Amino acid sequence: MKLKELVKSLNLKVLVGMDLLDRDVTGGYASDMLSDVLANSDKGYVWVTMQIHPNVPAVASTKDLSGIIIVNGRKPEAQTLTKAEEKKVPILLSQRSTYQVVGRLYELGIR
Amino acid sequence: MKGKTWLFGTSESVGKTKGKTQRLPRSQKTKEVQKTHQLSYELKIKEAMSKKVLTLKPNRTMMDVRKVLKDHRFTGIPIVESGRLVGIVSIEDLINCLRAGSMETRVKDIMTTKVVTLFSDEPLIHAINKFGSYGFGRFPVLDRDSKKLIGIITKQDIIRCLLSTLQSLYHARESKKGNRYQAARLFADLPSDWTTMILKYHVKGGDFGKAGEKSDQLKGNLLKLGYSDEQIRRLIISALEAEMNLVIFTSGGDMIAQIEPGKITVKVIDNGPGIPDIELAMQPGYSTAPDFVRELGFGAGMGLPNIKNCTDEMKLESRLGKGTNLEFSVYA
Repeated sequence: MKLKELVKSLNLKVLVGMDLLDRDVTGGYASDMLSDVLANSDKGYVWVTMQIHPNVPAVASTKDLSGIIIVNGRKPEAQTLTKAEEKKVPILLSQRSTYQVVGRLYELGIR
Repeated sequence: MKGKTWLFGTSESVGKTKGKTQRLPRSQKTKEVQKTHQLSYELKIKEAMSKKVLTLKPNRTMMDVRKVLKDHRFTGIPIVESGRLVGIVSIEDLINCLRAGSMETRVKDIMTTKVVTLFSDEPLIHAINKFGSYGFGRFPVLDRDSKKLIGIITKQDIIRCLLSTLQSLYHARESKKGNRYQAARLFADLPSDWTTMILKYHVKGGDFGKAGEKSDQLKGNLLKLGYSDEQIRRLIISALEAEMNLVIFTSGGDMIAQIEPGKITVKVIDNGPGIPDIELAMQPGYSTAPDFVRELGFGAGMGLPNIKNCTDEMKLESRLGKGTNLEFSVYA
């Protein structure tokens, strides 16, 4: 499934990466601990988190994640967005909670 | 001239070599030559042809032909009536008229009507072959459906098209390759008993905004040195964890990456506070990070275990109050 399908189905706001939405999503991971994501995510995963600081895109880029969904409508810091642009990491915003976002992703077939 | 197949016989065309295109000896056939050959099948005539074609109507005189050929330094001009190619007049026709003093002659009475043409959707190789077998300087190009004149193609056009296509292919390949020095080749070129390259980074303690920057620099440099993402991913994850540890727990420290054939080692050195219980620190989930650090997503108690899992060698020494020396390697 492609990122743009997630954006449509979950009504996500695209803050970074309008041109990167053709990426394939191969799985997902939900965590607010960076080390946890570094250890347990995999290439192409979409990452659901409430973290908004500039290390988030750095972690995503290191693990080649397909994108980041930031939950609870939290607004990423400006530096986070700059870094995401630089590292080509899509930043998608949801008003829903982690639990609700992950549930919907799972329903869409991202398992 | 009427009724004959029309020929541009000028310095611009290589008419005399008819069909005998010069070939490079087999040994000299480089990849680029083979690529050019392949491209001449892939590219269409419409991609190489000039789309701006100057034409004249059949009721014009040879005086008009002279003006056009002189002004534009052409060697011939297609004659067109309501979009359709009806003939062609060459500089030879003009010379004949000049000699005979018949410059008032209408173009339609002198033009060659059997014109060798190409269709715009034919592969470029058809044009190349036709240049070879006819020796003409150029061919008018017609649209296959409407049969209307939509362009003209010369050897120059073909060369220009092939060169610009090769150039863009080359650029695409170069930019994909990036600026790679190929560390492996460099090492092979510098024979010694032991060759190494060292990149040193200083990490500031407490600067959470910049945490990860040095690992990122290291990653960029290793990519420049020709390592692939896959080769260095585990090393960079470990470097990132180690860098975060320096930021969270210390007043700063150094990360020293040592690159040698087959192996990259990172030494992480700080001056304190030291790890009270290494065995405990190696247990997944154990963390001494303060709450504000955890809120940022650091201090999950997984840093050191992550490094252990990601690396091929790992050494950890720490003295309370003195500092910590961490060293890990990945075979790459």
